[in-house]
Amino acid sequence: MSIAVKEKKQSLQFRGDDLANVKTQLKILNGKEVIQKELPRFQEKLKAIDIFPLKPTQVDIFQMNLGKMCNQVCAHCHVDAGPDRKEIMTKETMQVCLDILAQYDVSTIDMTGGAPEMNPNFRWFVEEASKLGKKFIDRCNLTIILANPKYHDLPHFFKEHNIEVVSSLPHYSSKKTDSQRGDGVFDKSIKALQMLNEVGYGIEGTGLPLNLVYNPSGAFLPGSQETLEKQFKHKLRKDFGIEFNNLYAITNIPISRFLEYLLQSGNYEGYMEKLVDAYNPAAAQNVMCRNTLSISWDGYIYDCDFNQMLDLKVNAKSKHIKDFDFDELSNRDIVLGQHCFGCTAGAGSSCGGEVA
Amino acid sequence: MSKTYYNSEDLKKFGNITEFQEEMGKKFFDYYGSVFEEGALTAREKSLIALAVSHAIQCPYCIDAYSSDTMEKGCTEEEMMEAVHVAGAIRGGASLVHGVQMMNKVKDLSM
Repeated sequence: MSIAVKEKKQSLQFRGDDLANVKTQLKILNGKEVIQKELPRFQEKLKAIDIFPLKPTQVDIFQMNLGKMCNQVCAHCHVDAGPDRKEIMTKETMQVCLDILAQYDVSTIDMTGGAPEMNPNFRWFVEEASKLGKKFIDRCNLTIILANPKYHDLPHFFKEHNIEVVSSLPHYSSKKTDSQRGDGVFDKSIKALQMLNEVGYGIEGTGLPLNLVYNPSGAFLPGSQETLEKQFKHKLRKDFGIEFNNLYAITNIPISRFLEYLLQSGNYEGYMEKLVDAYNPAAAQNVMCRNTLSISWDGYIYDCDFNQMLDLKVNAKSKHIKDFDFDELSNRDIVLGQHCFGCTAGAGSSCGGEVA
Repeated sequence: MSKTYYNSEDLKKFGNITEFQEEMGKKFFDYYGSVFEEGALTAREKSLIALAVSHAIQCPYCIDAYSSDTMEKGCTEEEMMEAVHVAGAIRGGASLVHGVQMMNKVKDLSM
């Protein structure tokens, strides 16, 4: 059964699906309701290599989820984002983040969503944050650039503020991309990539990075990032004249709508076994939660975007940005679960691709 | 004795063949690993060849393994099916080329 068969037009939350409740997801991930056999526990794996409790190496990336609103309803979305989601970060919350970023030595601001650009204060935030002189990433779904005339100038806006663009493109074939991200997404993504290339993104010597995210369109793991990157570069250049810098191969984490897909397609058990079997201790050493803090639309602090979507807040007194305590957060015990096997399978997976 | 000759769960136990003959099993898996590394052929090309061969030898374990492996390596469904057609063409050709033997015999025996 392919993802396309079950393509949904609304979020789990809008549909009133039981999986919209994170407790249901955690029960499935941690219990024996779906998988009868005992899978190894993630924290036991870390104990075996003497890195439990898992501690941050440094807080270097400040990843902000600007909201769950999105113009797409991707079948694998771990955020359960979509046009029907109205949760967006307020200007006040953004200001608190700016104050924190100005005060601490955090090198990177990483904006994600939903479609972060749909936040009405997105441009204000970028204007303000770009004054801080930090590395600045926008996780752009590409189609937003074409979704409405008011977004057509985004490539210029990104360039003007020296933003690194990281965009999802699960495959260079329309069939695979559309099966995951919705009908017509591939053609629009190609057009958006060409618009980004036109202003210099992804073109050698411009200093404007355009990085693509590959994630499997189904219940399998990503292959070698280097090999996939070569193939993507060859095909996108040959078929569409598109250039980009790096390809990040990312594993789908078994939560939210990807969990829904796994359960509905009968792939959940097999996928979890694959993740566990592919556990790589070297990847565990370098998981992204060790150098990242993830901030939700309403200002709560998490170890990563996945913990955020499972509502597993940081194990610290400062659970909200209004109580931000850099030293405490730098020494927290990272909250772990069975979904963490997604970041340690094979060559590992992070928002920047492989980690081992 | 299991109810069917093939059990998909057995694929995960492939490594256990070393239980009965460790030295040869280990040599085989070392060799197997080397074969599928990047070389003059890419790992991706080798995976597509393996998928084709899996069909030619009709090994259900291999078909499972290399359907997943080619997908992981980013191969498209068209590429995968073309590989299967390569197997089909060779198998079909292998039968048909014997038609020449048949024709030779027929000609030998005919007036």
